[in-house]
Amino acid sequence: MTLCRVHVAVVGAGPAGLAAAEAALRAGARVTLVDSAENPGGQYHRMLPDAYAAARPDQLQHGWRAFDRRRRRVLAHPRCTWCPETVVWALEHRFPEGELDSPGDPGPPRSSQAPRVHLLSGPPDGGARVRHVLDPDALVLAVGAHDRVLPFPGWELPGVFTAGAAQALAKGERVAVGDRVVVAGTGPFLLPVAVSLLEAGAGVLEVLEANTPATLARGWSRRAWELAALTGKAGELRAYVVDLARHRVPYRCGRAVVGARGEGRVEEVVSARLRADWSVVPGSERSTAVDALCVSHGFSPQLELPLAAGCALRDAASGRPADGERASAVDQFVVVDDDQRTTAPGVFAAGEITGIAGAPAARVEGTLAGWIAAGGDPAAPALRSVRRARDQGRAFARRLARAHPIGPAWPGWLSPGTVICRCEGTDYGALRRAVASPAGAAARVTKLATRAGLGPCQGRICGPTVAELTARLGNGPTVERPVAGLPPATPHHRPLAHPIRLGELAAPPQPPPQPDHPSHVPPTPTKETER
Amino acid sequence: MSPRRIPVDADAVGRREVPLRITVDGEPLDGIAGQTIAGVLLAAGRLAWRRGPSGAPRGVFCGIGVCFDCLVSVGDERDVRACRRRARDGDVITTQRRVGNGFNSPSEEEE
Ligand SMILES: Cc1cc2nc3c(=O)[nH]c(=O)nc-3n(C[C@H](O)[C@H](O)[C@H](O)COP(=O)(O)OP(=O)(O)OC[C@H]3O[C@@H](n4cnc5c(N)ncnc54)[C@H](O)[C@@H]3O)c2cc1C
Ligand code: FES
Repeated sequence: MTLCRVHVAVVGAGPAGLAAAEAALRAGARVTLVDSAENPGGQYHRMLPDAYAAARPDQLQHGWRAFDRRRRRVLAHPRCTWCPETVVWALEHRFPEGELDSPGDPGPPRSSQAPRVHLLSGPPDGGARVRHVLDPDALVLAVGAHDRVLPFPGWELPGVFTAGAAQALAKGERVAVGDRVVVAGTGPFLLPVAVSLLEAGAGVLEVLEANTPATLARGWSRRAWELAALTGKAGELRAYVVDLARHRVPYRCGRAVVGARGEGRVEEVVSARLRADWSVVPGSERSTAVDALCVSHGFSPQLELPLAAGCALRDAASGRPADGERASAVDQFVVVDDDQRTTAPGVFAAGEITGIAGAPAARVEGTLAGWIAAGGDPAAPALRSVRRARDQGRAFARRLARAHPIGPAWPGWLSPGTVICRCEGTDYGALRRAVASPAGAAARVTKLATRAGLGPCQGRICGPTVAELTARLGNGPTVERPVAGLPPATPHHRPLAHPIRLGELAAPPQPPPQPDHPSHVPPTPTKETER
Repeated sequence: MSPRRIPVDADAVGRREVPLRITVDGEPLDGIAGQTIAGVLLAAGRLAWRRGPSGAPRGVFCGIGVCFDCLVSVGDERDVRACRRRARDGDVITTQRRVGNGFNSPSEEEE
């Protein structure tokens, strides 16, 4: 009878996606769960490689046992098809506009149908991956975020890592990035990164939070701390602070790394005291010898799939809809309603792409999204506490954003030679010249004039920065002049979410994957008692 | 110091090590099964292996497949993100560089 069931495709098996899969299964759906990694877990529950055969994987993360139970339950479920090492490289509207809902057409209204999902399975960037196509009834996007890093002179030197990279290397491979490491940027994420580095035997000299104590205090009011307790984050954060103190690692607020130097690799960082707007206090610079630097200024949601699906975005700062006409749009997230439904038919979103609030919040959003996507009753009593937790998660996200904003004066760190686009080597001077040109500051013009954003990463790293700097240099938000036949340019619009080789594109898609249960995911052992 | 792997007997997670060997531009490097190519390179003391358009060195930056700073060739497959691809015993890796606007293969660019 599987054919009659609702088929939910879930993209991303992090905290949000895994919870969505579980809830959709519980609601009776058939689920295809897709992740580009070999194992579920996402960034938070990053698993060690199977080949490490780790005896005590729980040593590295909070809430491992609950995660492990959920992972086994979902992957071993007879209605779940798990597609590891599988990347969604495109979403496609199944019916072009105009073909929708033709009269007399039997079956569900076409306009409510989720887009077609294009998959590539096999080793990352391999030449012989297998293509599949899914036509699900509903699609849950839970693709997460990546570190945002503001540029500063020297950030392109080897040995400068995103905080997430250091975390991934320590947690996922057991590689420590250095002996004299500075962790800098803004946000509570700096704490688990520093703690992971210490756990891995690295030396951490200091953790620098760019925002001033006053900004932090205003953002994290007492009520916010209670909110943090409700979302399950307070204990975790407190444990990190205790760990840092035990290792005598100073946590300094109102100080940032504004430069890095070295011959062929980072050897020294320059930090400075910052005012609330992130302008440098003159004379406060000091340099520190390091062998690695880990930086993070928050997270950028991975928006290429939501945009391909046609989901509307909102501006994080104003909360107003971002209709794509503002090329300066920087902090944008997917708009979802009370049921985690996006504005695109049949498409739901959960986790970091709807707002940055950490793993517990991602999990409850996933639960709600998966349940509703599967056709579960939106008024089910069990959902009441899920919705409450989701709302607390959203409130937490707002506090987090308020306590750890990016100060508007950060471009003061830049010099004309500072690299802005790492791929193309575009520097700040080139960007300024392009914006000053009479052709104006439209995103497409800037791109073509400087090549910023046209390199291999397609603006994933520099996109928000270029958009912000262009807007500032051009005196306010630049309105993209419409180009006939083209959608408005946004920093995140990439028709291909992932590179695909021409040979792979030419090969016909194989039949959709079916449930099969890899031997490395045994069903939950009955001995394992619930906590 | 350069990045290093936590020694197996000091690792709280209690892992095992199955050795593997890859070559990078002809030079043999030892790693362990499960490591990414980037992990093997880093743990072997190599912080950078690619050159950007200006010739400046690049290695791992984002660590999760977003920035494309870590690209290498694996056998005859170009543009493989070293931070995403697990190393396999016997992998033949060549480093890449970008010159001008194009992607040159390592053999083309040797003067
Ligand atoms: C590198 C990094 C490390 C982090 N480590 C921590 C930490 O240690 N502690 C902490 O509190 N927070 C951490 N975070 C924050 C973290 O993002 C959230 O706490 C939480 O993991 C978010 O859950 P999520 O389900 O929304 O997204 P994620 O956990 O990011 O999961 C998204 C999943 O989607 C998959 N995916 C993305 N695009 C595609 C695609 N096109 N096709 C197929 N699959 C795709 C990814 O492989 C990933 O598994 C980290 C963030 C980053 C970027
Ligand atoms: S380090 Fe960014 S893609 Fe590999």
